Amino acid sequence: MPSLLDKRLILVTGKGGVGKTTVAAALGLAAARRGKRVVLCEVAEQDRLTGMLDPVPDEGLHHVSVDPERAKEEWLRYQLKSRTLAGVLGGSRLFQYLTAAAPGLTELVTMGKIWDLAQLEPRTAGQRYDLAIVDAPATGHGLAMLQAPSTYASIAPVGPVGRHAERIDSFVRDPAKTGVLTVALPEEMPVNETVEFERALRRELDMAIDAIVVNALHPARFKAEEVRRLEAGGGGSRVARAALAAALSEHRRARAEHAQLRRLRRAASAPVATLPRIFEPELGRAELERLSAELERRL
Amino acid sequence: MIGDWLERKEVCICAGSGGVGKTTTSAAIALGMAARGKKVAVLTIDPAKRLANSLGLPELGNEERLVKADVEGELWAMMLDPKRTFDEIVEWHAPDGRTRDAILANRIYQELSNAVAGSQEYMAMEKLHELHQEGRYDLLVLDTPPTRSALDFIDAPKKLAAFIDSRALQLFATPGLAGLKVLGRGSGMVFSVMRRATGIDLLEDLSTFFASFAGMTEGFRERAERVNALLADSRSAFVLVTSPRADAVEEAGWFHHRLLDAGLPFAGVVANRVRPAAPRGDPSRELAELLGDDSLARKVMRTFEEERRLAARDRENLANLRKRLGRKPMIEIPYLDDDVHDLDGLRRMDEYLFG
Repeated sequence: MPSLLDKRLILVTGKGGVGKTTVAAALGLAAARRGKRVVLCEVAEQDRLTGMLDPVPDEGLHHVSVDPERAKEEWLRYQLKSRTLAGVLGGSRLFQYLTAAAPGLTELVTMGKIWDLAQLEPRTAGQRYDLAIVDAPATGHGLAMLQAPSTYASIAPVGPVGRHAERIDSFVRDPAKTGVLTVALPEEMPVNETVEFERALRRELDMAIDAIVVNALHPARFKAEEVRRLEAGGGGSRVARAALAAALSEHRRARAEHAQLRRLRRAASAPVATLPRIFEPELGRAELERLSAELERRL
Repeated sequence: MIGDWLERKEVCICAGSGGVGKTTTSAAIALGMAARGKKVAVLTIDPAKRLANSLGLPELGNEERLVKADVEGELWAMMLDPKRTFDEIVEWHAPDGRTRDAILANRIYQELSNAVAGSQEYMAMEKLHELHQEGRYDLLVLDTPPTRSALDFIDAPKKLAAFIDSRALQLFATPGLAGLKVLGRGSGMVFSVMRRATGIDLLEDLSTFFASFAGMTEGFRERAERVNALLADSRSAFVLVTSPRADAVEEAGWFHHRLLDAGLPFAGVVANRVRPAAPRGDPSRELAELLGDDSLARKVMRTFEEERRLAARDRENLANLRKRLGRKPMIEIPYLDDDVHDLDGLRRMDEYLFG
């Protein structure tokens, strides 16, 4: 994985509910272990990373929740290079209307903030980071966010907004600086969405996915001959029958999941790594460390 | 059971956070109601291709299609095209051809109708309203779009209406001093700073957009009010879809609260992928005897223990949700061995949804 963790910005994308937050956190731990100063960025208002990483925040692993409203103010101050002017605008009702109306502006300033966090000399962040990892919104909205800089660069080709958008856009599209990691589950719909996202990313932004992580894969525990014996092993007490049924269920799930995994590998251009299903009620620090080590080994 | 929830209902809205099986549940509800003699249409935004295929849907298209399912009633399905719906509304409301063309060609409008968060959600509601008005179906089932937060879509009609109806529209419609006065002192300054901050092109596009839209605000406001009224109507039912995972359950609980606050008709919760409660006890020795193989018996035990642990978690999370739901019902659909993505899969869900 040297190439991925040596970038400055990693965008973790994927369908809702596939484990983006978990994978982003695991990736952050892996980079921090290598001595990097890492900032994990959450984009939506949900503060899920904090819960997962507390109570022992790592040396070198930081967490930021990007608030679009604050990002907008910071962006304004930077654009205008004047606190007074920024104050005039920020306090103006007309400006509030216009920015609320300007399509994709929220996405643009969010990308701007993320871009800034990934700079060696950031403007708004207090601290300098080696790597920013973004827990991006679900696929569709995630793509809209990635597209915002390029859209603005073309809507406002003259003027500072356009120039700024252009800089963000070229950073995001530079494979030496920015990586895209897409998380999926080994199921029909997440696999389809991943394949479609890869195509859309190529088509809209001429970007490639660096790696696909298939999360929560059931282990293929039983050999064909063992399955036959499980199927033959009827009878017994209620609990024994339940145990056999559970084993067979899991086997069928694992088989279906591996078929989906093969389908994904055939359809996607990006390399596909897997993470095992964790059979713990909730993911805690220990499980995250384990996933992080797996991720480092497999990517 | 869900048949009772939807008795005398004309609209069923399935909501929930991402990845809990909303699209699948919506399709299963629609198929089940059609099997019970109703004429049903399920509205969805961009489902997985295979589900679309199995329902007989082409990849795109803003028109309903009859699904070839062997049912007593009729099952229709449509994939919503938010952009197309938005265009249709503009065409409908524009006072003349020139205004219509100016709006449709405006870059700000194109961006807005395509990508702005909230417009997809709003357009889904719009289409729902339109179909309901036409009255061709006994029941409409809406699969709400996958937002990061399940709450987003409930605010969408209000948000978009507020934007389209905002005073900025009127300001741009009456340019010059009259408009600026409404905003108070410093507005001239705002314009000049805006120009510096954004570049002239953007501002001009915005102002053209606002100016051409200004004549249509009345129509939009009315529509938004009617959409809101439909959502709150006793003929509508909100079904919350969740998985037994802690974060999904948490969001479902919160969403339920929000629905009640907003006075929207909440019918109940469908919990997908619930691991069934497993009997207690240690069958290790018995398994070893049954299978005649210690190592295989150990593997089976390990799998069983894992399943039991997750089943216990599912119970606990759902019990917490039940407490928050009060007397409202919950339907549990077990974690099936294969994920559901075709008509056969949908039929397997039927016995749990309607049983």
